[in-house]
Amino acid sequence: MDIILSLVVGLLYALALYMILQKGLVRVIIGVILLGHASNLFLFVISRLTRGNPPIVPEGMDTVLEPFADPLPQALILTAIVIGFGIQAFGIVLLQRVYKVTGTTLVAELISTDEIDKKD
Amino acid sequence: MQGSLITYTLLTPLLFAILSLLFQKRKSSQRILFVSGLLLYLIASWFLFSGVLSQGILTFQGGGWSAPFGITLVADLLSSGLILLTSVLALITGVYSTGGINNEKLKPVYYPVLNFLIFGLTGSFLAGDIFNLYVWFEVMLVSSFVLFTLGGQKDQLEGSIKYVAINVVSSSLFLAGIGLVYGLTGSLNMAALHLKIPLVENQAMVAVAKVFFIISFGIKAAVFPLFFWLPATYHTPPVAISSLAVGLLTKVGIYVMIRFFTIVFPMETGITSDILLILSGFTMVVGVLGAAAQNDFRKILSFHIISQIGYMIMGLAIYTPLAIAGAIFFVAHNILVKTNLFLISGIVNESNGSYKLKDLGGVYQKFPIIALVFAISAFSLTGVPPLSGFWGKFVLVLAGFEAKQFIIVGISLFVSILTLFSMTKIWGEVFWKNNPIPFRNESQSQYGFIRKNLLMVIPVFVMTLLILLLGFFPETFIDLSMKAAEQLLNPGEYVKGVFVNQ
Repeated sequence: MDIILSLVVGLLYALALYMILQKGLVRVIIGVILLGHASNLFLFVISRLTRGNPPIVPEGMDTVLEPFADPLPQALILTAIVIGFGIQAFGIVLLQRVYKVTGTTLVAELISTDEIDKKD
Repeated sequence: MQGSLITYTLLTPLLFAILSLLFQKRKSSQRILFVSGLLLYLIASWFLFSGVLSQGILTFQGGGWSAPFGITLVADLLSSGLILLTSVLALITGVYSTGGINNEKLKPVYYPVLNFLIFGLTGSFLAGDIFNLYVWFEVMLVSSFVLFTLGGQKDQLEGSIKYVAINVVSSSLFLAGIGLVYGLTGSLNMAALHLKIPLVENQAMVAVAKVFFIISFGIKAAVFPLFFWLPATYHTPPVAISSLAVGLLTKVGIYVMIRFFTIVFPMETGITSDILLILSGFTMVVGVLGAAAQNDFRKILSFHIISQIGYMIMGLAIYTPLAIAGAIFFVAHNILVKTNLFLISGIVNESNGSYKLKDLGGVYQKFPIIALVFAISAFSLTGVPPLSGFWGKFVLVLAGFEAKQFIIVGISLFVSILTLFSMTKIWGEVFWKNNPIPFRNESQSQYGFIRKNLLMVIPVFVMTLLILLLGFFPETFIDLSMKAAEQLLNPGEYVKGVFVNQ
């Protein structure tokens, strides 16, 4: 399971980077969304997976049995997903506005703020 | 008692953000609420700062869960000092914005969102837990996204889409770094990490986590080669917004770098500091050269932010108490001076109707007082004694000589000269040259102009006074920076503050 998930994380990162490097901003946004997923899954995998042992104290015992699944990374990922969702939604709306105002979503055409003003 | 100071400071901006959302329909009461909220925040942060000064490190354990299990908020000298600066700056730019944002439709959104931004900033400075820091970052970033796109002008949207995209990438990397650190140590609390990181067997993975953090914070602080979003964005929003952003947003990146590489990952091995040293050199030179090529008032200043960021990283990289104190002093100096220069560019835009150097001119002849405050700020930025920039650079150069880092000292002095060059460029074009196009109101005298734009001019005067204060009484501030640096370099006090004084 660990290995499969690690491969998935790698694949997600690769896809995300590929999409971020594309020319169209719609693809960049998709890439950014994938990057968020990759990071969340990375957080999940790297804090070690434990199957079938929830961190619940069994009846008649004082402590949980080792090894138990750590609930903290899952709480962190949940927070990160919510935040990521909000920011992605904002990004998509912003992109829609950019398209409305400038008429393009190509990165190469959105350069007016990078250009140096002519001296005369 | 001590924790409540932290909560008051943190919750004041949140409270006023919510209140001003409620008063969105009533413009005048929203404005009064806005200014009084910022004033209250200034008072709260002053008490927090003096509390830290007299009692040492203050902590607040969220929900009563003791560290390292709960969320810890920590106020040491660095964080409370930066919060105090934030509040001063927020009040000054806040007053400025009531006169400086001409589009009345924007204000009902601007007031609450600015409070949310301050809320996020305060949280980032106080966070004692790296995941909590991530959450505060996002609060701050979302607010800054809204502020940068406010008004929806074409260049604003173009700049912001890049800003949003690169910041999301930076946050993802930060999250990955957090995951790595948690996987290695099982902890997220900074004080606990300080104790656990040296015990990790796989130090190579710790280095990987450091790389994640350097890249992520480097993007936020606009360090070479990750700075391209900054000059594309910062000159686009209304000047009251960009002047707050230049003062604070990149400095948060510097703050977390200082925090991470002193408390969480003390730099015992040379490699991290070598990398930072090289980055700082490139950041200074590239920033200042970029500025030399520009012909727009605010773009020149934007590129200068980058080169000044280099000085702060230089202080962190040299990593002696004096150097870190220099970096902290430099952050304080830069927040004031840079913001003031941006505010002045807004006033010049008010009188001449442009930010482009070719369209500007004649300000010295018509408004000598504005020219004077610009000259003070510009000389201070360059580092002419006895103004504040001189003391910041002096401490850094001294620390560089003591640490025998002669190359970086040479670069930093050379960059100062180039800074002077582009300041004279602005001076020549904006203030001395004859005005190529008429002023907005040709018949207006200096006095009439100032009286009409009092809400914009007074904040600039106050800011200039603060800059002079920082320049004429540097001992007090350098002393404070030294204390803050010692706190950072002896994390024992920090760890004790988090674990013992609960």
